[in-house]
Amino acid sequence: MIYGDLMFDYEKLGLKMGLEIHQQLNTDEKLFCACDCNLTDKKPEFKILRNLRPTQSELGKIDRAAFEEARRKLNFIYEAYTHETCLVEADEEPPHPLNLEALKISLIMATLLNMHVVDEFHVMRKQVIDGSNTGGFQRTGLVATEGYLETDYGKVIIENLCLEEDAARRIGHEKGKVTFRLDRLGIPLVEITTDPSINHPEQVREVAYQIGQILRSTKVKRGLGTIRQDLNISISEGARVEIKGVQDLDLMPKMVENEVKRQINLLKIRDELINRDASVDDKLYDVAEVLSETGSKIITRAESVFAIKLNGFKGLIGMEIQPGRRFGTELAGYAKKMGVSGLFHTDELPAYGIVEHEVAALNEFLGAGEKDAFILVADNKEKVINALQEVQRRAKMAIDSVPEETRKVTPDGNTEYLRPLPTASRMYVETDIPVISILKEQLEEVSSNLPELPEEKKERIIKQYNLSDDLAKQLVRTDKVESFEYIKSKSAVDSTAVASALAYTLKELKRDGCAVNKLNNDVLLDTFYLLEEGKISKEAVPQILENVCKESNSPQKAAASLNLMMISEDDVERIIDELTSSNNEMITERGMGSIGPLMGMAMKKLKGKADGKLVNKLLKDKIQNIIR
Amino acid sequence: MGYRGDSKVFLDSADISIGDIVKIIKKDVSYEGMILDRAEDTDDKHVVLKLNNGYNIGLKIHDADITLLKKGEKPKIELKSLNIEKDTQKYDISIISTGGTVASIIDYKTGAVHPAFTADDLLRANPELLEHANIKGKAVLNILSENMKPEYWIKSASSIADEINDGAYGVVVAHGTDTMHYTSAALSFIIDTPLPIVLTGAQRSSDRPSSDAYLNLLNSVTAAKSNIAEVMVCMHGTENDSYSNLHRGTKVRKMHTSRRDTFRSINTSPIAKVHNGNIEILDKEIEYKKRTDDEVKLRDALEPNVAFIKSYPGISGELIDYHIDKGYKGIVLEGTGLGHCPEDIIPSIQRATDEKIPVIMASQCLYGKVNMHVYSTGRKLISAGVISAGDMLPETAFVKLIWTLGQTAKLDEVQNIMQTNIAGEIQNKLSLKYFLV
Repeated sequence: MIYGDLMFDYEKLGLKMGLEIHQQLNTDEKLFCACDCNLTDKKPEFKILRNLRPTQSELGKIDRAAFEEARRKLNFIYEAYTHETCLVEADEEPPHPLNLEALKISLIMATLLNMHVVDEFHVMRKQVIDGSNTGGFQRTGLVATEGYLETDYGKVIIENLCLEEDAARRIGHEKGKVTFRLDRLGIPLVEITTDPSINHPEQVREVAYQIGQILRSTKVKRGLGTIRQDLNISISEGARVEIKGVQDLDLMPKMVENEVKRQINLLKIRDELINRDASVDDKLYDVAEVLSETGSKIITRAESVFAIKLNGFKGLIGMEIQPGRRFGTELAGYAKKMGVSGLFHTDELPAYGIVEHEVAALNEFLGAGEKDAFILVADNKEKVINALQEVQRRAKMAIDSVPEETRKVTPDGNTEYLRPLPTASRMYVETDIPVISILKEQLEEVSSNLPELPEEKKERIIKQYNLSDDLAKQLVRTDKVESFEYIKSKSAVDSTAVASALAYTLKELKRDGCAVNKLNNDVLLDTFYLLEEGKISKEAVPQILENVCKESNSPQKAAASLNLMMISEDDVERIIDELTSSNNEMITERGMGSIGPLMGMAMKKLKGKADGKLVNKLLKDKIQNIIR
Repeated sequence: MGYRGDSKVFLDSADISIGDIVKIIKKDVSYEGMILDRAEDTDDKHVVLKLNNGYNIGLKIHDADITLLKKGEKPKIELKSLNIEKDTQKYDISIISTGGTVASIIDYKTGAVHPAFTADDLLRANPELLEHANIKGKAVLNILSENMKPEYWIKSASSIADEINDGAYGVVVAHGTDTMHYTSAALSFIIDTPLPIVLTGAQRSSDRPSSDAYLNLLNSVTAAKSNIAEVMVCMHGTENDSYSNLHRGTKVRKMHTSRRDTFRSINTSPIAKVHNGNIEILDKEIEYKKRTDDEVKLRDALEPNVAFIKSYPGISGELIDYHIDKGYKGIVLEGTGLGHCPEDIIPSIQRATDEKIPVIMASQCLYGKVNMHVYSTGRKLISAGVISAGDMLPETAFVKLIWTLGQTAKLDEVQNIMQTNIAGEIQNKLSLKYFLV
């Protein structure tokens, strides 16, 4: 563990992190309809336009994230297909009954994670009105609670395992309009949440990796985008923040550091604001008149320009809270969610075409004193008002504490505001799906048929096939055990040769840009048959596989076209005859001592297309014959 | 409450009721949360707990202990009360609610979507409607539309007339979609209206963010302000949330179990398209009744004892005989093709007409007109006294017969009324355009 390069004493700060892992399942059908679970790049055949409005949950509360989303009044375009999607994804038909295959896979996962499965599975609607679900909610249900995972850093509690439907795929957006594709909507997804007891970034990485390994021992999807990680993070005095879309586990330590830095600085700002007795003026000021002569193009082009006054905020808005991001960036994040492109604040003015005397005039108009700041937003009126109200709301939170938020990770390891943290109010019951009893017998059947965990698998293949620890580990990591065992069951080729081809050669070929997906089990097997029958040498395997990928040849044809087929024993004997007769002098001179140089010459002539052992034996016999 | 048997005993013995915060302890796991009600159609072996993270789960009671953590109140739907000031610049539109998906919310009792909103609640959930009109809400019925009956048509019609007499500029009727086209046909015959009466509903219930209720309601209010003085259905025109179609009440039918654009005008085109507060008449050649200052008139005598029978291969004449024996006053046959049924049931039909029971022939093809002159079976049916419904939808013919028999029992008068256009239900000319649109 190396923490020397980190800035903070995380323990002292009370850093707590929890992971949320989303894994797509590889079921035959989607969770609530009969469509298959594949994405498509085909041109959409239908486009559906929809709007969403927040509704109340059964407890009568409106979720704050949903409420904010609704204020944006977006149009959503859904791309649909004749065969790839159906009426269910389009929200034109009620959901079909729950896919029981998906439920079974999630029960297997729950058991592998030592969890307690609920007695009765209830499907809920989690309100999400950013358009990613056509219904305005994601269907989800709690499968199990209170499990654990042993890691090198100690036990980590697995809080919840939920079975849910994946969201529609966001394709793009333009002003006021977001486009989604329905292909991904409804693919079964398992969400696994750890408790927030992880204290070190390295541990997060380890837990994520281990959970990933367990998931991969079950029927899950593989490849880019099929597993997604979110990180919950907080420090003692700060707030819980959920960071979405952490793809790169290696970026984790930096991201944690930047987020902690942000929260510490926001707390510093809060203390200073309290110190200054700062407040937020609730009024929105129309300042078009004050700026009627301005040279700022952004302002002259806009329909309206309004300002708000933040008493006691001056100097703090420009304060850097993360590398390259200021407190003003946080305020702008809230404004942008209302559709404006940004804001101007006191601490950066005069600039952007707004000149000194205009700043003074604004201060006078707003009655802003020396320590007071103002924020300007220019756009159409409705958006300006919504945006400034959001900034006021955020500024008020700054005096109080760090707000609970959902944020997304940026490529440089910073985080930016996405939406407020959703509350439990966004959950209400999905009345279209009957509840499902999970029977004891069902769980017993799952327990007695558990898949092999990665570590167990490794130990087994080491023993069973006499593999090295390293090769076994690589086979497990690269998910090639199944191929390995298939080939071993059909041929008698040396284990190490097969394992190293699967674990290393394939990786190298892929790295060199080969389409290794062409190398299915049967192609691999055909290649190893050639080896088994002595038709090729071990060393020829990588070249043959490369040729299969690039030229779409069969292994047989690849070996032939690369001239890698072994020379027959008769031919080898003939070549050795030639060699010994032309070197008769040396043989009689040096006796058995001539075997070394002759061997070198023979192998050179045979270009590796003969087994060294055979050549050696034939040479020995010949020499012995001659000297006798 | 939905708890009964074992689960009721389990809760009662710990003095726990719905809404209480409890801890449920099992052998090696425990849960904290709020006890929720359980759907009536489920077993009595589980209790439903809402955990703090919002998830509901069901827990088996046989191996569980329960302790009360905090007494709670049964969760209620809270909606902010409205303080509406009348805007003299805007028209007064009445929204009458009969129940159904357009006005529904999740019900604890069954865990299903139930009609539970009053028209006022509907307005609370859709306050934007007030930007377009002064809205007055009134709940007349609270039923799922599959439970609609002719007597409720009368009740609804008289409430609508009350609203008109009270000065409403237009009336919107929130209705379940299943039988909306029956009610729209009935109201078309019952009410001689001087202003628009617009039926609307939702295919996605109003308890979900994607509900079509809002757009349909909004467009219905626009339609209710228009000068089309007819009974109409206003529902999504496509699967998009972009515009609604205004269908004539007698020429519309629910054509899909679940799509938003389920309602289609049959044998005609919709009267208009409603979009962003505008009415766009779709075919200027199609006439409609214009708004007047006349009084509203009701002709609400009905004879609900009418049978609606579908013909099918192998149907027996007994089915007709049964209805005659049971004292039915009229029969609508939904025949095949141009208006046919198996020849061997014609004697039973003859018996009905002999007993002065009118038999109306409509077609299960829905599209096109009944014509019983083309084939011999048709001609035999005419001889047996069967009355053609022309291009009327079978459902409209059924409703119209109920209404007609309310006016007269005389066979020749029934025939005359049935074959006279009263509310746009019959047209003589069918355009090439009117098929599967």
